[in-house]
Amino acid sequence: MSASTAATPTVREGLEEVAEERALLDADDQRGRARLITQFAACLGAFLVLIVYILVADLTSVESRLLSVETLLRLSWEHLLLSVAAAVVVVLVAVPLGVLLTRGPLRRFATPIIAVAGFGQAAPAIGLIVLAALYLGTGKGPFLLALAIYGILPVLANVVTGIHGVDPKVVEAARGMGMSAFGTLVRVEMPLATPVIMTGVRTALVLMTGTAALGGFVDAGGLGPLINTGIKLGLDSVLVVGAVAIAALALFIDGGARLIERAATPKGL
Amino acid sequence: MSDTRPTTSDVTAAPDAHEVRGQRIVLEGVTKRYPGQETPAVDDVSLEIPAGEIVMFVGPSGCGKTTMLKMINRLIEPTSGRILIGDDEVTHRDPDELRRHVGYVIQGAGLFPHLTVAKNIALVPGLLGWDKERTAERVREMLDIVNLDPDEYADRYPRELSGGQQQRVGVARALAADPPVLLMDEPFGAVDPLTRQRLQDELLRLQEELRKTIVFVTHDFDEAVKLGDRIAILEVGSRVAQYDTPEAILAEPANDFVAGFIGHGAALKQLTLTRVRDVDLHEAAVAHVGDDPATAIAAAEALGREHVIVLDRADRPLRWLSLRELNRPGALSTVSRDDDLEAVTLGSTLNDALDSMLTSSHGVVVVTGRRGRYEGVVRIETVMGAMQALHTGAHASGRAVR
Repeated sequence: MSASTAATPTVREGLEEVAEERALLDADDQRGRARLITQFAACLGAFLVLIVYILVADLTSVESRLLSVETLLRLSWEHLLLSVAAAVVVVLVAVPLGVLLTRGPLRRFATPIIAVAGFGQAAPAIGLIVLAALYLGTGKGPFLLALAIYGILPVLANVVTGIHGVDPKVVEAARGMGMSAFGTLVRVEMPLATPVIMTGVRTALVLMTGTAALGGFVDAGGLGPLINTGIKLGLDSVLVVGAVAIAALALFIDGGARLIERAATPKGL
Repeated sequence: MSDTRPTTSDVTAAPDAHEVRGQRIVLEGVTKRYPGQETPAVDDVSLEIPAGEIVMFVGPSGCGKTTMLKMINRLIEPTSGRILIGDDEVTHRDPDELRRHVGYVIQGAGLFPHLTVAKNIALVPGLLGWDKERTAERVREMLDIVNLDPDEYADRYPRELSGGQQQRVGVARALAADPPVLLMDEPFGAVDPLTRQRLQDELLRLQEELRKTIVFVTHDFDEAVKLGDRIAILEVGSRVAQYDTPEAILAEPANDFVAGFIGHGAALKQLTLTRVRDVDLHEAAVAHVGDDPATAIAAAEALGREHVIVLDRADRPLRWLSLRELNRPGALSTVSRDDDLEAVTLGSTLNDALDSMLTSSHGVVVVTGRRGRYEGVVRIETVMGAMQALHTGAHASGRAVR
């Protein structure tokens, strides 16, 4: 076709632009990767230090009953499970709710509901957890519920923000081409909102990993009891091991969530 | 202006190059009233858009031209009135189903950034349930049509394309399921002027093959004159101030609003309507490489010319030589090609010709025909004459219609 020769300069320009952008993206990608590797190395290192400390430190009999490598790993695992389980509950509740708040007549409720959720966030977590324990009893179930309520806001807010942030032109194009409202949501809006939603999920996860330390008060397990006992008995070693373990775990969970975030972000964004 | 009527509504018929494959669109008393607003956005508009034509909706921003367009594919529901595509009333069809059969192109293309070019184009065929093979074939065909190499571009993401390329993919996507009607909402508004001109040319070329019914919204009157078979000039409330061919509107604006919208230089704009092949070309003094300079000088003096255009053996123009340059010994034995030689083709508009004249130092511009062969020259007097003729001619025909 004759026009193809005429189009050459544009094509060349386009290619140059594209090459530049790719280089930028690659640099971004490498920075992200380096960051993740450092992060995982840091939390692995922290756990190793803790284990070595438990093995070589001169612990009293009370301390060594409370602290063993086996206990540390078991409690960490429990803590991780608690946080992840709460996150699953959060996603199951907040994503559909957030989507609803961006649809037709419910749109106008989005702002007030997010505001109310914000108040909830501002309330002390310990209050929420104790309330749940008072009404629903102690143990893992009620604690999980309280944690989930605490973690809903960032996910809910990011689902709404993410979907509202999708270029309206793209949504209009989808509808204009004959995609149904639901099809547009599932095939266009959700994939494009994924990065923002995943950031919310990661925030919630980290938040709940920290908050799960309060599980010690309501007999819900995890690393929290180490800190509680450390305080009660004045055993600094136990207290510090518990605190460092929780911090390292939060870092680990954040890294894991970043990995998922990268995998879930559609190519081309 | 070809007065084409749909002879058949079967748009999937064998693709004959110049067969009309679009369907007419009829608006009857269409009104759009938004709650809480006193004046309707679109006020009782009736308009018929003939099959296979490009109709431009032009008007100031806020006049409701986009609202009118979006009512055709029911992205906006009319408050009252009827809209027909072919013989079907659009309000009687399922909106999603309707839109799958109406091409839609928006400003900035609106491509799905998370899908490859191929998947963007395959979207409507997918919604219509085409099988994979047919869809894949169609995607390649569409990329070819919009001048993008399928092997190179099919698997790219929109972000990896320039603005002009994205807009091409937008057009390819809209045409993928071969809709009889194409709605374009300021599609070329967001690209640079050079790319815009190229995209406009390509759209015209496409339309020669496809003969769709195209409704095109723009606020750029020059774009409307260039692309439109007809132009609807809209006032506030989408009231149709004038609906006619570009020639008629330029020659005889219906009222002050239209005249104001055309702006100054209506006569200049008419030059866009006339092709170089429509005017009488002048003869310049011509010499060939290897001719005797003395003969060439004599010929030029006989015609009263100061310059001679030198052609190569295939009659392609090389460069202008002045009589003084011709006097040098061996002036015509070797003549190099002047890369900056201004030339237009028979298909160029008089506007292009005038442009070239103004940039070159000569008051004439060389016209080339098939294979770049010399055809003659256009002189500035010719352009002025054509403008005059257009003016009086259109006035006469305008009165005849009334």
